[in-house]
Amino acid sequence: MSRKPYVREVSKTRWFLRQPRYMRYMMREVTCLSIGAYALVLVLGIKRLSEGRAAYEGFLQALASPGGILFHLVVLAFALYHTASWFNVTPKAMPVQIGESFVSGGVIVGAHYGAWIVISLAVLLLAGAF
Amino acid sequence: MSERRVSLEVLRYDPETDSEPRFQRYPVPYHEEWVVLDALNYIKDHLDTTLSYRWSCHMAVCGSCGMMVNGEPVLACKAFLRDYPDEIRVEPLLHFPIERDLVTVIDDFMAKLARVKPYLIPARDEPASAAERRQTPAELKRFKQYTLCINCMLCYAACPEYGLMPEFLGPAAIALAHRYNRDSRDAGRDERQEIIAANEGVWDCSFVGACSEVCPKHVDPAGALQQVKIASTVDWYKEHLMPWVKK
Amino acid sequence: MAKSNKPVVWGLFAAGGTVTAFIMPALVLLVLLAAFGRVPDILTYEKLHAFAAQWWGKAVLLGIIFLALWHAAHRLRITLHDVGVRADATVAVAVYAVAAVASVAAAFYLLRI
Repeated sequence: MSRKPYVREVSKTRWFLRQPRYMRYMMREVTCLSIGAYALVLVLGIKRLSEGRAAYEGFLQALASPGGILFHLVVLAFALYHTASWFNVTPKAMPVQIGESFVSGGVIVGAHYGAWIVISLAVLLLAGAF
Repeated sequence: MSERRVSLEVLRYDPETDSEPRFQRYPVPYHEEWVVLDALNYIKDHLDTTLSYRWSCHMAVCGSCGMMVNGEPVLACKAFLRDYPDEIRVEPLLHFPIERDLVTVIDDFMAKLARVKPYLIPARDEPASAAERRQTPAELKRFKQYTLCINCMLCYAACPEYGLMPEFLGPAAIALAHRYNRDSRDAGRDERQEIIAANEGVWDCSFVGACSEVCPKHVDPAGALQQVKIASTVDWYKEHLMPWVKK
Repeated sequence: MAKSNKPVVWGLFAAGGTVTAFIMPALVLLVLLAAFGRVPDILTYEKLHAFAAQWWGKAVLLGIIFLALWHAAHRLRITLHDVGVRADATVAVAVYAVAAVASVAAAFYLLRI
């Protein structure tokens, strides 16, 4: 009896196409592209702001172009996906045990969503969006 | 009654004659209460005695019969035929070398399991004669879910990062280390951190979460690994920014 | 094996992920409102300039930008590895450098306000 184990190759570049759960994972991971892009746009906005009124208002106008609006809609969609995917796993990373029992995951996730809504409303309110 | 048949497409590999695996199709009678393991046993008993696979308890306790059924890592004893279409493809657990047919080489996992010291390590100053080490129900509950792991390796077959980086310590081993770290009777965390807080330890995990989704015992290795990451990060800052703080 | 230094990059990634999860949608919504012509107060030149002129306004803006950039950089590093880019060390230097340089640029512009 000779041993000759057979090693199956796993695709290093397309493994995530194999299962929906891997696709969901990759979807979560690529939210980083829009978050990074948006952060870079914020840097650009601050640059324009530091260059004076004309530069800043030109920047705002550029954002109001169809391309700018499309960019922000895409970023908003990915940002929301990031928020949901981040909050939904919080009970795994930060379980809370009170006495003997663990606080149910739904409560921890719910608390995050609740805080998120409060913070978002506060930001919008303080920013004078209403 | 059981005129219905299902077709099992089973991966075959004979190291003595085959250069690579192939699939062999077996018609198997369908029974409402049969699991894939029953179908494999039927094949072994009635159709082909050469088929090799591991199994023992037939009740999701021993963790021997993990395999890929239609691409998903499952325990063959827990995978009911009634939950599958009439074409069922059975393969050995992914990410492990194939020894023969559905039998995998599990040396890598066994070695990793031993490395994380999955046993109680008492404090140095604790006398060996202190036989009774009491624990409250709350202290037990802190780690109890991780004790349910049966080392079936489904999580390793589900983890794409293990597939990409074979040196990764992996879900079950780290979750088990976490189990002992959370045990009030244990004082071995520092020793285990040397292993699980290394690059090939918890840091190869990217939190895909598949390990927890496939676990047949509802352990949550993905959660354990994220908790280890957070604790290791706190450790790092303590060690580097506050070296005067004694652990 | 030795303990990893990944906690440094991961800790910032996790902090960035949390901060962006909480405020990114609201921030994008503010800009969208502006894009649709209903410019929120804070995005008018006077208000934003006054906000960024205070030290704590600078700190808030820089903090958000740095953490968001770092979060994105770290996740991109992992994702590139996931899609088969094996030069992790090179990728790491590149993505963290972009995050760092852009953050320094942001700090530079903020200090000129």
